[in-house]
Formats: sequence, structure tokens, C-alpha cells
Amino acid sequence: MRLLLEIAYTHIMGRGRQTLVSIAGVTLGVGFAIAMAALMQGSQAEFVGTLIDAMPHVQVTDEQRTPPVQPAERVFEAVAFHGLRPEDDIRGILNPTAAVARLRAWVPGTLSAGLALQGVARYGGSERAVQIMGIEPRDALRVSQIGEDMVAGRFEELDAAGFSVVIGDRLARRLSAEIGDGIRLTTATGVARQFKVVGLFHTGVVSSDESLVYVRLKSAQVLAARQNAVNDIRIRLGDPDSARLIAARTEEMLGYKSVSWQEANEDLLEAFQIRNVIMYTVVAAILVVAGFGIFNIVSIITHEKSRDIAILKSLGFRERDIRFIFLAEGTLMGLSGSLLGAALGFALTRFMSGIEFNVAQATEVTHLPVTYNALHYVIAASLAVGSAGIAGYLPARKASRGNPVDIIRGAT
Amino acid sequence: MSAADAAPPLVEARQATRILPETVPVTLVEDIDLAIGRGELVAITGPSGSGKSSLLYLLGLLDTPTAGEILFEGRPTHEFDKDTRAAIRLSGIGFVFQFHFLLPEFTVIGNVMVPMRRLGRWTPAEIEARAAAILESLGLGDHMRKRPDQLSGGQRQRVAVARALANDPPLILADEPTGSLDSRASEQVFEILERIAADGAKSVVAVTHDMEMAGRMHRRIHLVDGRVVSDEARVGA
Repeated sequence: MRLLLEIAYTHIMGRGRQTLVSIAGVTLGVGFAIAMAALMQGSQAEFVGTLIDAMPHVQVTDEQRTPPVQPAERVFEAVAFHGLRPEDDIRGILNPTAAVARLRAWVPGTLSAGLALQGVARYGGSERAVQIMGIEPRDALRVSQIGEDMVAGRFEELDAAGFSVVIGDRLARRLSAEIGDGIRLTTATGVARQFKVVGLFHTGVVSSDESLVYVRLKSAQVLAARQNAVNDIRIRLGDPDSARLIAARTEEMLGYKSVSWQEANEDLLEAFQIRNVIMYTVVAAILVVAGFGIFNIVSIITHEKSRDIAILKSLGFRERDIRFIFLAEGTLMGLSGSLLGAALGFALTRFMSGIEFNVAQATEVTHLPVTYNALHYVIAASLAVGSAGIAGYLPARKASRGNPVDIIRGAT
Repeated sequence: MSAADAAPPLVEARQATRILPETVPVTLVEDIDLAIGRGELVAITGPSGSGKSSLLYLLGLLDTPTAGEILFEGRPTHEFDKDTRAAIRLSGIGFVFQFHFLLPEFTVIGNVMVPMRRLGRWTPAEIEARAAAILESLGLGDHMRKRPDQLSGGQRQRVAVARALANDPPLILADEPTGSLDSRASEQVFEILERIAADGAKSVVAVTHDMEMAGRMHRRIHLVDGRVVSDEARVGA
């Protein structure tokens, strides 16, 4: 085999410039493929990471996926009921304390029961529609990153004062409110209370920073005028990827709609998948084009070396030896291009990760999100070497099948 | 009858015919019957287009007969697959062509080592020593590290002979080995071929137009229009 590789090496070195151009084609293809994959997956990972940090991994609400069976339906089988509404539409999770206790028994994570309300925040002359989230601060700190997202004050201070609130920094700017100010929260039922701002958070998710406010659960229940009501159970898992499974089991157990973070962002995750398919298609196309360069040079070499091929056959080389020589030429070029391309891809990724963006309204400097993933290198190199191998194999097969007698006759 | 007498011919053609399947089929050789024994120095002569080279390629298993058969060391070769034929060429047959056909990227010794390296019968050190010894014996000891393009035509052809001898094959087939050489170089190459056949272990079959050279060989097979018209041993050979 060493002899065959040596012959292959002498062939490609004999056409130095064309070989370099072909290798450069593969290098650029692999390099840009790796850099593009690093950027795409980096942005996806950062986005998903932000989602996972900002959202509950599983959220149980007081809704049900299908309307409950009405008593009348049990009596009149052929009749369909539409738009039925109970006289007293009291929402909320039934017996929330027991529900939370049942979940705590098996869920591999932490839970926080809360009451979510729609309301309006007013301060001075400004008012904003907000979502009021009533929580137990210590539980909320365990199920979310809110403690780390605090940019002023401490989340735990919700417990210290009676009617206190933690709001997003964007909302604070909109209302021109600061720590210590008293803002007025009003719910749809008309109940209003003055709350003292004890902290500001910045999650990076604009909708949260602009319209979410945290109050103690008891305060929310006062605003809702519903003692002990809970309509929102949030679960944070050690393994966010298990959220679908946990959500399904929770829903089966409680009967309430349990949404995993994946389900809540299904459209987005599908869009990422489509984006990845497009990316790898483009990468494959780039590398196939690079393969054409290799096909070209191996074809030229087989044509130029047809006499040598005939002589090697007369010396006793088998057809598969000849195929191996030219296949090795394509593969050697593919491998060289892949190695150089991997280095180029790494350098490009490093370069891109170092580019700084000063985004308006953001306090921190933003970098392009990139991911260093060995799989990107393996996929790009495999595609390149595969493409190069096929590019080498096609002319190699043709060359190996040639009749040496015809070539020798032609040469003499 | 001795054991040597009982041994089959080295290579044998039985009713061998080769027709090119063109629109109008072209007969290259027809109904060839001949046998080459060990230690023979055979000339194949004939006018251009008489099928000399075609016969040589059939005997060398580079080509296959359309009808009839070629036997190598008594074995009918039409039963062999391409790999087996290649294996026989590698260890049993050495080719020398009109042009040297050396690999230009390899040195002189590198070219001679190629068949040995492919065969894999010897260690790298043995291969190099054998190649050097063959080149020395052909008067090329001072040129081993040169590339083919640094040699004269006669020297290159001697390297081609050295390469043909590399695996110590019993049969050397030469297709007009002196056809592109001047008289002095031709004489050198011919002397080498004579020397190869002299020990009785190897046979040399050479296609040639040079009647003087053919006359000095043990046996002369004359072809006309693809048929053997005479097969004569030299008087005193």
C-alpha cells in the first residue's frame, strides 16, 4: 500500500499548482462550513439557553386541552354542546396545595406555585399593561434565574415588605419609576393597590422586561380577590431536555394543561431545524463544488498518466491497485483540504467570536455567539473527504478499466 | 525421459486467435500454435502489421485470445480472472517495450524496485540490494540515483530491462527493445538479452525488425498476416 500511496503522492505533487488550487477549494469549503455551523449553532444555543433560563421548563396552568365533559352530555349523547359557560366562572387549579405536594413527590426539580393576573401599572402620568405574577419569592428564586437577573435591589426583599413589587428595567424606564417608588397595580376586577418597587430585573427578553412584575403570592391573591387561588405552577428541572416527558406526566396526573418549554417554542425550534437543514445543504453544495475541482485534477492526471497505468498493469498491478492510486489522490487532497479547512474554520470562529457589537439600549458589549463543536469539524471533513473520494473514484474507475494494450500500442 | 523433458513449456499458444471487434472485425493473429521452452532466445519477426506485438501481448497475458488458448507453465490462462493474470505477470513475466516507459517521478533504482515492492517477497533492504545488484550487472551502477530523464536512450532501455528482471521472472518479453536505439546501444541491450537466456533458466522472446539480430537468436518465428509462416531454430543453437 505504501508503494501505491507513494505513486499517488508523486502524481499530485507533479501538478503542484492545480493540486494547491484544488486543496484551497476544499480548505475554503470546509473552513467556511465550520465557521457558519459554529455561528448558526452558537446563535441557536444562546437563544435556546436564554429561553431555558428565562422560562419555566414546565408550566402548569389552570387550562385544559379539551373542554371538560358537561353533565348534560352524559345524558344526551347525540347532542353537542357549544359555548357552555358556568354561572360562576372561577378559574384556578383545584386544591393547589395538594397538587403541588403530589408533584414534589416525584418531579426531579423544583416547583413554584403562583397566581398570574393581567393588570395595569400606573406611576405618575404613565401606565402600562402588565402581567402580575404572584409568587413565593424563595420558590421563584429556585425555579428561575430571576435572582441573577436582578440589576437593582434584591428579589428576596419581596418578602420583607408587605405590598412590594419587583419590575423589569424597561418597564421602570417606561414608567419613570425607580427603587423605592410606589406604583399602583390595578387588576381587571378593579382591585387596586399601591406597591413599593424593591427591585429591578433584566432578563434580556424584551416582553418580560417591559411587562412582567413580581409580587408576593398573597398580594396577588388580594389583587385577584381570591384567597388561596393558584393558577400557575412552574417547574425547573435538572435536565431541561426531559421537560416534554415531565410535562406529559404532570398533565396526566393533574388534568391541567402542562406545557414544556419545547412545546411553548415549537414553531421556533422547528424553524431552527429548517435553518439547520438549509445550512447543511449549503455546506454540502459548497463541498461538492470543491469536489469538482478534485475531479478535474484527478481526471487530468489519469489522462496524463494513462501510459504509466498501462505499464503498471503490464508489471502486474491489479485494477484495484490502479483504482486505489487515483482514489488515494482524491482522498489525499480532500484530507489535506479538510485539515487546513479545520484550522481555517477554527480561526474564523475565533475571529467572529471576538467581534464586538455595541447594541443600543444594552449595557453590556455583545459578541457574536459561536459554538465550538467537534461534530461540525467531523461533518465538514467527512463531507469533504467523501466528496473528494467520489471525485477521485470516478476517473480512477475509468482509468483502471482501460486496456493496457490499447495504450501501449498508442504510445508506440 | 528426464524430469526437465516432462515439464510443460513455459508458455504455449494453442490455436490462438485474436480478432478486434470493430465494425469490420480485424484479425490480429490467427491459429497460432507455438511453445516456448525454458532458456530459449526467440525472435518474432515479420512485416509491419503482421501481428508480432499482438502475439507478444497474448503470450504476456496482457491480452486474451478471441479463440484458442494460452498456457503458462502448463496452466490454461483463459480460466484465470484478471487478478490471477496480473499476479502471473508480476512474478512470472517481465516486459520490455520499444520505449522504456519508466516512471518519470522515480529514480532509476526506484523504478527497478517497483515490481519487487509490489510483489512483497523481500524486505525493503533486500529489495534495494537486489535492485542495485541488477543495475550493477547491467552497467548502470553509477546511475542508480538519477532520474530517467538524466539518462541516454540506451541507458533507459537497460533500466527497463533491469525492471523486467526485478522479480526474477522465467519469461522476458521484449517488444522491439532496440527499435529506438542507435547501433551501439542496440548491441548492448541485445547482449544483455542474450546473457539473460544464457543460463537456461529464463526465456527471452523479442519482437524485432532487425534481421541481423534475429539471426543471432536461437529460434526465429516469422509471421505474415497474423499467421506463423516459419518457426526455425538457428543452426548450431
